[in-house]
Parts: sequence; C-alpha cells; structure tokens
Amino acid sequence: MTAPVAEEPRFLTYPGARRPARHRWVDSYGVRLHVCEWGDADGPPLFLVHGGSDFAGTFDVFAPLLADAGWRVISWDHRGHGDSDHAALYSWDADVRDALSVLDSTTPDAVPVVAHSKGGGMMLQLAEALPYRLSKLVVVDGLPSRDPAPDVSDHEHRKFTQKTLAEWLDHRRAAHINLRKPGTLEELARRRKRMNPRLSDDWLRYLVTIGARRDPDGWRWKLDPAIRFGGFGPWSPEWSLQRLKGLKVPLLGLTATVEEEMGWGTNHRALLPYLPPQAEIIPFENTGHFIHIEHPHRVAELVLEFLR
Amino acid sequence: MTVFLQHNRVKLALHTLRDGTGPRLLLLHALGDRSPERVPAELEGWPGSIYALDFTGHGSSTVPAGGGYTAEALMGDADVGLAATGPATVVGRGLGGYIGLLLAGARPGEVRGVAILDGPGLAGGGDRPGPAVVRGVPGALSAPDPFALVELGSDLRPREYVRRFAVLATEHSPYANPVAVCGRQRPAWLEAVLEVPGVVEEPLEAALRRFAVFG
Repeated sequence: MTAPVAEEPRFLTYPGARRPARHRWVDSYGVRLHVCEWGDADGPPLFLVHGGSDFAGTFDVFAPLLADAGWRVISWDHRGHGDSDHAALYSWDADVRDALSVLDSTTPDAVPVVAHSKGGGMMLQLAEALPYRLSKLVVVDGLPSRDPAPDVSDHEHRKFTQKTLAEWLDHRRAAHINLRKPGTLEELARRRKRMNPRLSDDWLRYLVTIGARRDPDGWRWKLDPAIRFGGFGPWSPEWSLQRLKGLKVPLLGLTATVEEEMGWGTNHRALLPYLPPQAEIIPFENTGHFIHIEHPHRVAELVLEFLR
Repeated sequence: MTVFLQHNRVKLALHTLRDGTGPRLLLLHALGDRSPERVPAELEGWPGSIYALDFTGHGSSTVPAGGGYTAEALMGDADVGLAATGPATVVGRGLGGYIGLLLAGARPGEVRGVAILDGPGLAGGGDRPGPAVVRGVPGALSAPDPFALVELGSDLRPREYVRRFAVLATEHSPYANPVAVCGRQRPAWLEAVLEVPGVVEEPLEAALRRFAVFG
C-alpha cells in the first residue's frame, strides 16, 4: 500500500473522503488480494465492487456514507489493480472467482453487493453461478446494452482488425519489460482526466496518492502494465442481458445519461425487455459513468433505502 | 534442446525437436497435453526444423497461481514462440489447432500456414456461456494446471468471432489457402471456419507439402 507522502500533503485529503478503517489480505488460489473495510467490524457486511482499471480507493467518499449508517463496508482491489498482486493471467472468470474468495473470507451467508461498471457484469455472473450467495444487488452504470463495454479488457471484445490484433500481440511480447509511464502527480491526474472528464481535479489528484506509487523517476499507476484498456475477445452484452432475465434477487440499477470514455452507454429503455420483475432502474440526469462519485449522497440514500 | 521464453510472468518452454535449415514448423499441443520429446511420425517428412511449445500451465512451462486462462493469452504464448523461431508453419492439435488459427489471423505475414488437427480442447465451450465455474480447483500449481483444463475446456468460441480470424488469415496472408483443416472433428466454430473462402480440407501430408514451399 502507498505510504503517506509527506511531500504532497495537500492531496492526501479530499472533502468527505475517508481511508478504510481496516486493511487485510485474501489469498485467492495464490493471488493475494488487498481488501479494504470501512465501518464497524461487527456490522452487517455490504460489498462494493469496482470497475475495470479502478481500485477500491475510488470508494473513499461513497463507502463511509454507507459505513456511517451501520454497515461493515468491504471492497477489494481486483487482481492486477491497486495493491493486489499482479497476476500471470487475467480473465473475467478469474475476477469472479476472486470476488467469491473475498466473500468467502468474510461470511458464508447471502450478502448485498453494490457494483460499478464491469463489477456489475461480474456480479450478474456470480448471481447466476451461485444464486444463494447474493441477497440484493445494486449495479451502478454496469448493466449492459452497448457493445463493446469500454473498460472490459482483452478477452471481452469481438470487434477487431488485423492491426489491433498485431498491436495486442506486440504488447504481449514486451509485457515482461513494460512499465507504466512515470509522471508528476499532476500529470497522472491529467491523464486520468481524459478518461474521467467529469471528475474534479482535486478528486483525481487525491486518487493518484492511492492508486499510484512513487518511484525514483516519478509517479506510476499501480495497475499492472500487462492489462490493456480495450481489446478483443468473444464477449457479447447479450450474455449479460440474458442473465438479467433469470436474476432472482432484488435489483436496483442506476444508469448514467451522459456518455463518457469509460461509460457503458446503457440505454435503460433497451434494458426493459430483459429486466426481472423485481428490478428497478433509475436514470441519473446529466450524470456520467461515475454516478457514485458525482452524487455520493444521493446514491448512498438510494442504496440505504433499497437495503432497508 | 529446450529454451525458456518470457511471456509476461510466465516462462514458456520451447523445445527444438529437429534443428536444421529450411522451412520452420511450430507444433502446438492439445489441452492437457505437452510437447512430444521426439518428432512425431506424421511430421517426419517435414523438410526443415521443428519446434514445439508448451503452453502456459502445461509441460515444462510455468504453472501460474489462480488461473485466468483465455485462448487469447495462449495465442500470446504461441506468438512469443513465433518471435523466437521466426516465420513458421504452425501445426496444432485440438486446442493447439484453435490457437494456431487465431495466430494465423493475427500474424498472417509470419504464419506460413496452419494445419488444424483433432485433439482435446478443439471444441471449447461453444457459442454462449453455460453454468459458470467460479470456485477454485484442487491440484493447482502442477502441470497440466487444472485451472487450464476447466477454463480452456469451457472457453467460448462464438462462430462469428472465430470466423473473423479465418477471414483475416486468408485475406492478409501472402500465400494461398493458409488455413488447412486436417482432422475429422467439426465443432460449430470449425464448421463456420470451413465456410470462409480459401480455407481448405485436406490431409496433413498435403497441407505440409504446400506450406513447406512457402519457406
């Protein structure tokens, strides 16, 4: 984990942000996962799942709002993300298996889950594979209806050309020597801004102090350089849509209405034919992909009401 | 002779089964298998050097922790092998045949031709996801990796997706008919590949004779 950075004290805090009360590690079949917890350790567990290229620290404002309502809020860095191990292999199925390892490390009981972006798709798969494991599901701009979903890497896109394939393979040939590009804290925040244009500069600078590490030649995002944004592979939003039909747990879906680089472009009307009867979908007007960061209090209110 | 090649965090074993000059051949094994120790009888007639690669989690290659196998990662394995051997004909059994096809689509200038043979792991998981296997499997960290058997045995191969690789191979290869189907198994994706103009069905011997001329 990133040690406090004395030289950058002004970015170590953000209004409303609170670092986790506890950190622990979970061994998922040899891959070490970094787990964060906010709130009372004896409270009922509530899981938060981040999206592709993100990390648990992105919940630093949202999670405390849920923790302060009495929940033991638990999140983790996916393999290759944040402070979790960089793995030899990455796949959607491995991410779902890792998620189950974190759930199993906490409780054998059915648990409520709030999942953002790709995390939502992962949880729909978990809900299909082991329906008894979830009690309620909130998906924050992670319900499918567009192809491809932009934050899903490597194995999950279908559209590709010979050029993109060759570029991907060139990247793989050099993966063992690749490093993320170093930069100042400000530069990393600016790079992130290109992907997250609606998020404030102060918030992005704060994220750098958690999601990046400082090497002698500058700051680098901790995300495994072997993980590439975008890609190709046999994936279809239709598969997740079909899963939606069979979902048995209550579902609350929050959808963005402003298209963004990392957004899923979910059209909530296109979702309607696939929704199970117990589902509720709430579109957020004039809001981008990171709904829980743009409107943490409103999303927390909705989630707490839904979990009641 | 065996050399180890680095593919991300995995060391891949590349075996030289026959050293020499002339056209190169890269052999890719089936799911759960490993490279043979000697030149298989059906490749005896090949006029040049012959190499065989152990995929991640197989043979003498690294067995990584925690699974996460995809056919695309194994295509990366084969491509790292191809970078070491130089342009080559690829012969693949079962899963290795599927991976060889992907590689032929991605590197049409370096794969002289691919011969797809019957064998374990040729079919994969079909067109759509089935019941997902998400828990771990016992016996991991020994080859063949049980995670590989489960994940690559159920790896999805939608027809349109796979067909695209065959189209890229036939359209971008400087050689005629670079994809040869030499076995009898016909999973749905392979039926779709056979519909692509330029993909041929022929005995392995005939395919090797053609590919050897490509150098």
